[in-house]
Amino acid sequence: MSTRQFGAKISRNIDPELLRGEGKFTDDIPLPGALHAAFVRSPFARARIEAIDTSDALACPGVVAVYTCDNIEHLDRELPLLIPHPSMNNARTQRPLAREDVYYVGQPVAMVVAVNRYVAEDAALLVDVDYDALDVELDMEKAILDDAPLVHPSHPNNIAADFTQVSGNPDTAIAAAEHVTKLRVQVDRSTAAPMECRTVAAWFDHVSSELTVWDGTQAPIGVRGGLASLFDLDEDKVRVIAPHVGGGFGQKVMFPYADEILVPYAAINLGKPIKYIEDRRENFIGSNQERTQIHTIELYATKSGEVLALSDDFLHDTGAFIPYGIAVAQVASTSIAGPYRIPNIRVRFRAVYTPTVPVTPYRGCGRPQACFAIERAMDQLADELGIDRFEIRRRNLIRDDEFPYARDGLLFADGLQVKHDSGQYLRALEMAREAIGWDDFPAKQAEARAEGRYLGLGLAFYVEGTGLGPYEGGHIKIHPITGKVYVNTGLAGQGQGHETSFAQIVADQLGVNVSDVIFREGDTGAYDWGVATFASRAAVVSGNAIYKAAKVVRQQLVEAAANMLEAPTDEIELTDGYASVKGTNRKIAYSTIATATNPLRYAFNEAAQIATQFAPASKHDGPPLAEGQHPGLEATDYFSPSCATWAYGVHAAIVEIDPVTCRVVFHKYVCIHDCGNMINPTIVEGQVMGGLAQGIGGALFEHIEFDDDGNLTNANFVDFLIPYATEIPDIEIQHLETPSPLNPLGVKGVGEAGCIAVGATVASGLADAVSHVSGSKFHYTPVTPDMILEALPQGTAQPPD
Amino acid sequence: MKPPLFDYCSAQSVQDALQKLHETPGALILAGGQSLIPAMNFRLVSPSTLIDINRIPEFRKVEVTSDGIVVGATIRHRDLELDAAVHAANPLLRLALAHVAHVPIRNRGTTVGSLCHADAAAEMPMILLLTGGSVMAQSVSGTRTIPAEEFYKFHMTTAKASDELIVSARFPALPRGAGYGFAEFARRRGDYALAAVGAIVSCDDSGIVTDARLAACGIGSKPVRLTAAENALNGRRADKAAMAEAALATADAVTAPDDTQVTQAYRRHLLAGLTRQVLAQAVSARKEAIA
Ligand SMILES: Cc1cc2nc3c(=O)[nH]c(=O)nc-3n(C[C@H](O)[C@H](O)[C@H](O)COP(=O)(O)OP(=O)(O)OC[C@H]3O[C@@H](n4cnc5c(N)ncnc54)[C@H](O)[C@@H]3O)c2cc1C
Repeated sequence: MSTRQFGAKISRNIDPELLRGEGKFTDDIPLPGALHAAFVRSPFARARIEAIDTSDALACPGVVAVYTCDNIEHLDRELPLLIPHPSMNNARTQRPLAREDVYYVGQPVAMVVAVNRYVAEDAALLVDVDYDALDVELDMEKAILDDAPLVHPSHPNNIAADFTQVSGNPDTAIAAAEHVTKLRVQVDRSTAAPMECRTVAAWFDHVSSELTVWDGTQAPIGVRGGLASLFDLDEDKVRVIAPHVGGGFGQKVMFPYADEILVPYAAINLGKPIKYIEDRRENFIGSNQERTQIHTIELYATKSGEVLALSDDFLHDTGAFIPYGIAVAQVASTSIAGPYRIPNIRVRFRAVYTPTVPVTPYRGCGRPQACFAIERAMDQLADELGIDRFEIRRRNLIRDDEFPYARDGLLFADGLQVKHDSGQYLRALEMAREAIGWDDFPAKQAEARAEGRYLGLGLAFYVEGTGLGPYEGGHIKIHPITGKVYVNTGLAGQGQGHETSFAQIVADQLGVNVSDVIFREGDTGAYDWGVATFASRAAVVSGNAIYKAAKVVRQQLVEAAANMLEAPTDEIELTDGYASVKGTNRKIAYSTIATATNPLRYAFNEAAQIATQFAPASKHDGPPLAEGQHPGLEATDYFSPSCATWAYGVHAAIVEIDPVTCRVVFHKYVCIHDCGNMINPTIVEGQVMGGLAQGIGGALFEHIEFDDDGNLTNANFVDFLIPYATEIPDIEIQHLETPSPLNPLGVKGVGEAGCIAVGATVASGLADAVSHVSGSKFHYTPVTPDMILEALPQGTAQPPD
Repeated sequence: MKPPLFDYCSAQSVQDALQKLHETPGALILAGGQSLIPAMNFRLVSPSTLIDINRIPEFRKVEVTSDGIVVGATIRHRDLELDAAVHAANPLLRLALAHVAHVPIRNRGTTVGSLCHADAAAEMPMILLLTGGSVMAQSVSGTRTIPAEEFYKFHMTTAKASDELIVSARFPALPRGAGYGFAEFARRRGDYALAAVGAIVSCDDSGIVTDARLAACGIGSKPVRLTAAENALNGRRADKAAMAEAALATADAVTAPDDTQVTQAYRRHLLAGLTRQVLAQAVSARKEAIA
C-alpha cells in the first residue's frame, strides 16, 4: 500500500452492513427463552409513595416477577456519583427503584418481567401505586427563591452546586473599562433522541458463574466496573458488550441507569436471559437530557471594542439528580470566553435541582450554551460600539503567535487548566467572511429590505476543548493464519466510523489494506483497559494509542522480516501485507512472519510447519522464546493527553424570514472548521454535518416541553420536532488543518463540533434580518414561529406581492 | 409502546365486513393502519377486534366521471395522487395529497381512512368539504350518503355510526373554468398542517366572482369553510383589495387555542397569509384556464 491512508477520503466500511439492516444491535442478539422487562414509572414530578400493590400484576398470566425497592436486596441504594467535585455537597443520585419519594415524571418505581414485552406492559399498568403529590416549581429562576418547593429537602433553594472560577484580575479590568454590554440569554431543554433507544440484555450462566450483559452504552468498561462493584463479582466474571449502537450523543455515557443494573439482577435472580428495549416514550421521560442554562453575561470593553473582562453568572438546570457531577456546567463555564483573548474572567454558576429528567452531557455538553452567550454578547457589543461584527471579533481573537494560550484559574472538565493549544482563528474568520460574501451583503440586504423582505447574516465562532484524558489503550496483533491485523481499544462506537478511521492509522504503519484491519471495540471480554466514548475524544486518545502500538508492531515486523529475509532492517519495506527487500523480488507474507515468530509444537496447518521444533528455522541455542520476548507480532500501548486539545470553527449563514409562515429560509450556510490533522475528511464532514443538523434542531425545532406540573407533554416524535432532511440546508464546509502539538498524530476531536455554533448563528442572522424594524435580539433558543412573528412589524399578515 | 390484546379478522367481502362490524362490540376497521396502529401502540385506542378490509376487491377502485371522482375505501393516497384522470377532473386533490405525510406513508395510508380518522389538521377532509363532496356509509341495515359538512363533528369525530363502514368518498369535479389554489404550512415538511387553505373561485365573463369557496384545516376542531372570506369576495372583482379583505376576514375562523407549537395569534396571522396566497393562485389559474 503505497498511498497514505491517513487523510484519505475513504467510505465508511461499516455502512453497507448497517444500511442493509444487517447490524447487530442489542435487540438482534439471539437469547433463546429471554424474558422481557417493562417499567412502572412515576406519573408525578414530585410525590410521596404511600403504598405499592403488585398483586394484580403478579397474577397476570405470563408475568414472572415484579420488582420494587423492597425486593432488590443490596441494589436498593443510591447509585454512585460518577464525577465527584468539591462544589457539590451531598450530591443527590437516584435509587434504581424509587423508595418513598419520586422526583420526576418517568422515574422507575417498579420493574415487571414477563414472557414478552406485551404482557409486561399490560401488567405494568396493573401495578397500583398510591402517590401523594407534592408542589413543584419548574422555572429555575423561581426555584432558587426562598419559598420555592424543594426537590430535595436536603438542598435549600434547590442549589445542587455553586461554583465560581476566576482568571486574571477581573475587578481591576472592569474598573478600567469604557463600555459595558450586558445581556441575559437562555438555551432551553432538549434531548439527544438517538435513533436506537437505550437497550440492555443480560444472561447469567450458572455453570460458569459468568454474567454477560449486552448494553447499548458508550462506556462498557465503566458499566462492567459498576456491575462488578454492585454485585460483588470478580471483574473477569462480568463481560459487558456494547454491540452496534444506534447513536448515543452522550445520553448513553451515563451509567448505571436503573435498567442497566436491574436487568442483570433479574437475570441472576430468575436464571433466565432478560431483555429490556427502551421505547421512545421511555427515552423521553427516562433517559437523561441537557441544555437549559440562563446566562447573565457582561462584557467590559474599550471604546475600540477590545474586551478587557467578562463576567458571567448562570443557572444550570441539572434535573432531579446530579449523577454526572457538574461536568456540563463546568464545560460551559470554561468555554465562556470562546476564541477571544479576554484576559480577565469571572464565571459563576449555580446548578439547580428541578423535578425533571436528570441532566448529563448531550452532544455539545454546555458548549452550545456558552457559545450562545458569548457570541450574542459580541454581536451586541459590536452593535453598541458601531463596529462591524467581523471586525470586533478580529480585534479580540487569539492571534496565531499567542498559542498556546492558557487561561489561568479556569479548570476544564478534566481538572486541568484551559489551554488553547493551536489554531488560526483570524484566518478562519477571514475564510468565513469571504465564503459568506460579507462584502456584498449590505447591498443585498438593502435591496431585500426595499422589497419588504427580511434578510440577515448570522455569524458565530466556537471553540471546543476535545480529547480529554485520562487515557486510552490500543492493542494490535497480526493474525498468524490470515495475516490480518487485529486492533482493539477500550471505546465503544455508536456510528462514528471508528472501524474506518482507526484502520487508516494502522494501515499506514503496517502496510496493509484498510480492509485487512479487523477492528474491535466495546467488549470487555476482548479488551478492558480504558474509559469511554465522550467529549470528542476517540480519535485523539484511542487514535494516538493505536498509532503508538502500531509503530511498535511495525518495528517487530521489520526486525523479524530482516531476520527471515537475511537483509538489514533499513532495506525492509512493508506493503500490501508483505515485507520485501528494497529493490528485489524477495518478499514474505505477514502471516508467515507472524507464524514464524510464534514457536510451535503442532503444525496445525502447512504454513505452521516452519515454526515447529524440528524445522530448520527453529534452531536455537537457548529456549525457543528468549527471555523478555513474546510470541508473534503484537503490542499494546497507551496515550494519555497532557490536557485537552482545542478545536474551533466559524459558522456564517444568510437567512431570510418568510413573513407569512415565519419560517427561516437558509440561503447559504458556511462552516469553517479546524480539527487538526484529519484522519478521514469524509468522516469529519459526516460528523460536522450531523452535528449541524442536530444544531439546527436545537436552534429552531427541538424543545422538551414541560407543563406546570412537570409532565413532559411532547414525549414522542410527532410533537418533539427533529428536523427531517428537508429542513436541513445545504452546507458548505471548508477545512483548516492546524495540527495539535499535544499528540503524535496532531489530531483534535470533531464529534461535537457541528452543533455548537448553530443556535448562535441562526439567532445572529434573525436579529440582523429584523434590525431595521425591531429591537428583537433573539436571546433564546429554540426560536419558535411565534418569536419570529413578534419580531416582525404589526400587520405583516399582508405579505408583499 | 405495545398494543393491548386484540382480535384480528380479514373480511372477505363487503357483507362479511359489515356483518362482523355489526356483531362485534368495540371493533374497528383497519385500512392502511398508518393512524390506527400508532394510536394502538400508544394505547390511546384499544379495539376489541380489527376488521381488515384490505382484501375486499370492490374497495380497490377509483371511478372518474364528468361530474366527480369516487374513491374506494382502500385506495391509497399515493394511487389517487398519481392518477391522471383524477388530476384532470380535479387538480386540488393532487395539490393537497402532496402535503399528506411522506411517500412511504402515502403508499400505505388510504384517503378514505384519512377522511374517517378526521384529524382536524388533515388535508383530505378539508378538500372534501371545499369541493362539496360526501362519503357513502353502509351498515347491515342500509346505505346513506353523508355530505362533508355533516360528516365532520369534531377532532377525530364524525357522523359515522359505530357499525357503519365508509365504502367510498365522492369528490366533485372542479367547476368548469374555475380557479383553484392550495397552500399549507407545517414546520417540518409532511407533518400535519399548522394551517392549510384551499380555494375554488368561479367568476362570470366580466370577472365578477360568482362563487368563492374557501376552506381550511388545522385551525380548529374540524375542517371549516371560511364563509366570511367567501362573502368578502362574492359579487366583487377578485382584485388585490378584495383578496386582502378576504384574508383579514379569516381571523375568527381560527378557534384552536395556543398549543406546544404555536399560539392562536400565530395561526390567525398564518391563515390570513395563506388565504392571500391561495386566492392569488386561484386568480392566475383561472386566467390560464380562460387563455
Ligand atoms: C408520520 C405520519 C405523518 C402523517 N402526516 C399526515 C398529514 O400531514 N396529513 C394527513 O392528513 N395525514 C397524515 N398522516 C395520517 C395518514 O394520512 C393516514 O394514513 C390516514 O390518516 C389514515 O389512513 P389509514 O388508511 O392509514 O387508516 P387507518 O389508520 O387504518 O384508520 C384510521 C381510522 O379510520 C377508521 N377507518 C379507516 N377506514 C375506514 C372505513 N373505510 N370506514 C370506517 N372507518 C374507517 C379506522 O377504524 C381508524 O379509526 C400521517 C401519518 C403518519 C404516520
